[in-house]
Amino acid sequence: MDRGLILDVQDVRFRYPGATTDALGGVSLELRSGELVALLGPNGSGKTTLVRVALGLHAPLSGRTSILGRTARDWPRRDLARVVGVVAQREDNLFPQRVRDTVRLGRYPHLGPWAVEREEDRAAVERALERCDVTGLADRWLWTLSGGEYQRVRIARALAQQPRLLVLDEPTASLDVRHEMELFQLIRRLVDTEDLGALLVTHDVNLAARFADRIALLCGGTLAAAGPPPAVLRQDVAEAVFGWPLAISSFEDRPQITPLRRDR
Amino acid sequence: MKWLAMGAVLVAALAAAIVFGPAHVPFTDLARSPIVWELRLPRALLAVLVGGSLGVAGASLQSLVRNPLADPFLLGLSGGAGLGAVLAIALHLGGPWALPLAAFAGALLALGLVFRLGLVGGAELDPRILLLGGVAVGAFTGAVTTAIVSLAEATELRNAYLWLWGGLSSASWATVRLIGLYIPVPIFVLLAAARPLDLLVLGDESARYLGTEVASTKRRVYLAASLLTAAAVAVAGVIGFVGLIVPHVGRGLVGGRHRALLPASFVIGATLLVLADTLARLAVAPRELPVGIVTALLGVPLFVLLLKRWTAA
Repeated sequence: MDRGLILDVQDVRFRYPGATTDALGGVSLELRSGELVALLGPNGSGKTTLVRVALGLHAPLSGRTSILGRTARDWPRRDLARVVGVVAQREDNLFPQRVRDTVRLGRYPHLGPWAVEREEDRAAVERALERCDVTGLADRWLWTLSGGEYQRVRIARALAQQPRLLVLDEPTASLDVRHEMELFQLIRRLVDTEDLGALLVTHDVNLAARFADRIALLCGGTLAAAGPPPAVLRQDVAEAVFGWPLAISSFEDRPQITPLRRDR
Repeated sequence: MKWLAMGAVLVAALAAAIVFGPAHVPFTDLARSPIVWELRLPRALLAVLVGGSLGVAGASLQSLVRNPLADPFLLGLSGGAGLGAVLAIALHLGGPWALPLAAFAGALLALGLVFRLGLVGGAELDPRILLLGGVAVGAFTGAVTTAIVSLAEATELRNAYLWLWGGLSSASWATVRLIGLYIPVPIFVLLAAARPLDLLVLGDESARYLGTEVASTKRRVYLAASLLTAAAVAVAGVIGFVGLIVPHVGRGLVGGRHRALLPASFVIGATLLVLADTLARLAVAPRELPVGIVTALLGVPLFVLLLKRWTAA
């Protein structure tokens, strides 16, 4: 077995109940430790669906998806939460909670129903806070945080799970330049130093091209291209996928796209 | 410290419930008085068990439906129990257990209906569907209850009406024993779900990614909290506001983690109901008010205060 292989999705097909077309029509994706893979594609191209199938929330119609060599659907949720941390797209906590308390929730997969937090749990929480630069916010209420701070806290919670795989579903949506850059740099740093792999779903093509090791470009439920950024973000492919005329330039040897004006 | 203080307040409330009452019992006779042993003590203990149950059920259900305004009766249980009780009164069912059993059966029926609605179309107890189902079942049973009450005779009507506002006057050592044996089971189930409940507050998806088997946890919590409420309503009628207010006070005192919040909600709910019942017995002595009126009169201002604090924040 490939020792570094964390996520292995092979030719999965998936269709939502009652739908007439496949949400995923034969998608394959591999992710290894130390790798940051960005999942790109237009709205409705199947990015979130692929994440859900890959993590065993939905059963694929065909194909297989495994995590650390075990079929995704066979993982008990608690065991899976010890190896995969997810920052989901949406979450709204209606009850007041402090930052440290929400990060402590990341330790739950490691604790039985009656178990008391151990020293290692407290240490993991403090370490996760520190790794995500939110130690200074630890005693703040969640609802006093800015959007960028809140996302870093949620990443800290996922990190407290001590996962091998970190999955982030559009973590930078509606963040300004500074917070977006901070988040991308944080994710890159975690992948480089924490012995984990990360799957990042994002709409920011240019930052993905600069920070990711590989890009998987989804379009209409199938992969339009996958591989290192320069191989994926070619003009013909990108224009077809995003349905818009683009110019491709290069910055620090990474492709960058600029959407062009289109005459009506 | 907080726990000691909460315990001390509960003990003080219990002492007040035993010392004060419409009949004057001299202080020196308290330990031997049959009024204390046969009336006040079992009644105070029943208030502890019922108030505690409503507090725990309220805290669990608020987190389950992710709504700080949820209350154990919001999910249609009070309507079902009311219908059962009014039927028992209208049909002149005899015996000391007829009314509580009928109310319990009615609550179970409503519980089953709402639970079934909550699973329609694979909804897995979606909070919105649960709340809508609870409102629908409540409206339906309310209509039938009113129909029966409108056809009943005057004394029956009064009895039924009073029952619907809750009261602990039927307390006896037998009811205390029964409820004391019954409620530890659902409370244990809820305490065992304390950690998953912390996660459910974040929403189904995040809870799942943090290791919760969401569907089975929700079912367990819903059934345990509802069975707890059903028992409370069967012996004490519909006592509102305890299940709504108590969890908020609890969160303010011990925080949102259910391992602390659930026990705190039991103690606070118990204290609140013991105090409310003592007031209900004393306010218009020798007659007494339905305790649900007192909890509403105390609860509404407290609730307004909480709302003000939220909107200020």
